[in-house]
Amino acid sequence: MCRAVHLRDAVALAGRFPALAGATLAVERGEVVVLVGPNGAGKTSLLRACAGLLAVTRGEAIVLGCDLRSDRSSVRRQVGMLGHVAALYDDLTVAENVRFAVRAARASQGSVGPALERLGLVGRLARTQAGRLSAGQRRRVALAILAARRPALWLLDEPHAGLDAGARSILAEMVKEAAAEGASVLIASHELAVSAVLADRVAQMAGGRVVGELGASRATTIATEPTAAPGVERGTGHEAARDDALETLSSRAPAPDGAHVA
Amino acid sequence: MWRDTLAVAGKDLRIEVRSRVLLNQVVPFALLVLVLFAFALGPQRAPMAQAAAGLFWVALLFAAVLGVQHSSALESGEGTRDGLRMSGLDPAGIFLGKTAALCVQLVVLEVLLALGVVLLYGVHVRSAGLLVTACVAGTAGLAAVGTLYGMLASGLRVRETLLPFLLLPVVAPVLLAGTRAWQAALGTGAGGGADPWVELLVVFASVYLALGVVIYGPLLEAS
Repeated sequence: MCRAVHLRDAVALAGRFPALAGATLAVERGEVVVLVGPNGAGKTSLLRACAGLLAVTRGEAIVLGCDLRSDRSSVRRQVGMLGHVAALYDDLTVAENVRFAVRAARASQGSVGPALERLGLVGRLARTQAGRLSAGQRRRVALAILAARRPALWLLDEPHAGLDAGARSILAEMVKEAAAEGASVLIASHELAVSAVLADRVAQMAGGRVVGELGASRATTIATEPTAAPGVERGTGHEAARDDALETLSSRAPAPDGAHVA
Repeated sequence: MWRDTLAVAGKDLRIEVRSRVLLNQVVPFALLVLVLFAFALGPQRAPMAQAAAGLFWVALLFAAVLGVQHSSALESGEGTRDGLRMSGLDPAGIFLGKTAALCVQLVVLEVLLALGVVLLYGVHVRSAGLLVTACVAGTAGLAAVGTLYGMLASGLRVRETLLPFLLLPVVAPVLLAGTRAWQAALGTGAGGGADPWVELLVVFASVYLALGVVIYGPLLEAS
């Protein structure tokens, strides 16, 4: 079976500017990969390219066996994306939004009820119009759509943003279950501490490229105890120390097949 | 494709039922246009009856622009456009579904407008069949071209002001042919058959339906 994601020297433009500048990344089936990096590193662009929302103009870009350079639309039915904003119709109820998304994806309508129940969107809340929900509740609905659709590739952009502890816990369970069922998950996140524990690998991005990778255990160590990592001065702030450690270790990490390592 | 058409049409109509934009805004606007025309033409029935066909279609076109703007705005929300692209729906199905939903709304509008014309302008219908045929063909053309141009303009910041500017010249054939066909149906025209005008409406609708099925996908990607 082919890889879930195979990017090699992928270049994608956002307007005139390169959003991806030769990104190389491979994600196997059933693997969870977390993308980290500063703002503007290209994390969201990489997710959008994998979803077929951003055109790859150079390099190789194959997602779930579909070549994104020639056929972006075929991959979309198999991909589920949680973006910065939950794409919902404000005048439809929570249940109607989920049913419409599931119907569009040709998934089973039987999965709608359990998905709503799992995300706590039952009773009156299921009958509430999406326009009346809080930002966190809207993200729960978007997660319910993913849970009901069960895509082969999950693309999660800052998935923890706006979620309370309960929803974060459900998200973690969903990601683990999806991976166990053979789906691949690509997460772009600034919250390394909560994302790394879900990951098989952590890839660091900078300047529109993947510049290095870490195993999940090392990434978790960095996320939780950054000052214990080699090459990091004690006494610096937690966030700064974590970034320094990640940069130091990723530059020492072995490059993935064909990856550019800074 | 037909399955997607039904899903999208059902979704748009459900949203219309909830938001009531047609009933609360578009229909009152269209009826207001008819009333204002009646004021402008004066109290005598003859000039109003003479102009009734044209005024019906002018009022319909103005109101249709509002309907098209609302229909395209549904897919212009933050993240909604990406959601539609990612949905897996066939673009041709999306186009036909949105066109079908707009058709249903325009038919409701036309029924109310026709009642307004009969009551306000005092016209008598001589051929209801011709009236309905012209409306059906004209509605299909208006909805198809409106859905297409709504998508074309929806990616732009100035879409609200640009859409009427783009749409109204393109639907001029509908205004012309619809008016002529209605004049024949109301017996207020200068004479001549209505068939060529109905044929023009059918050709217009067919061309834009076919065009929409083919190019809606690329437009969705590009917008």
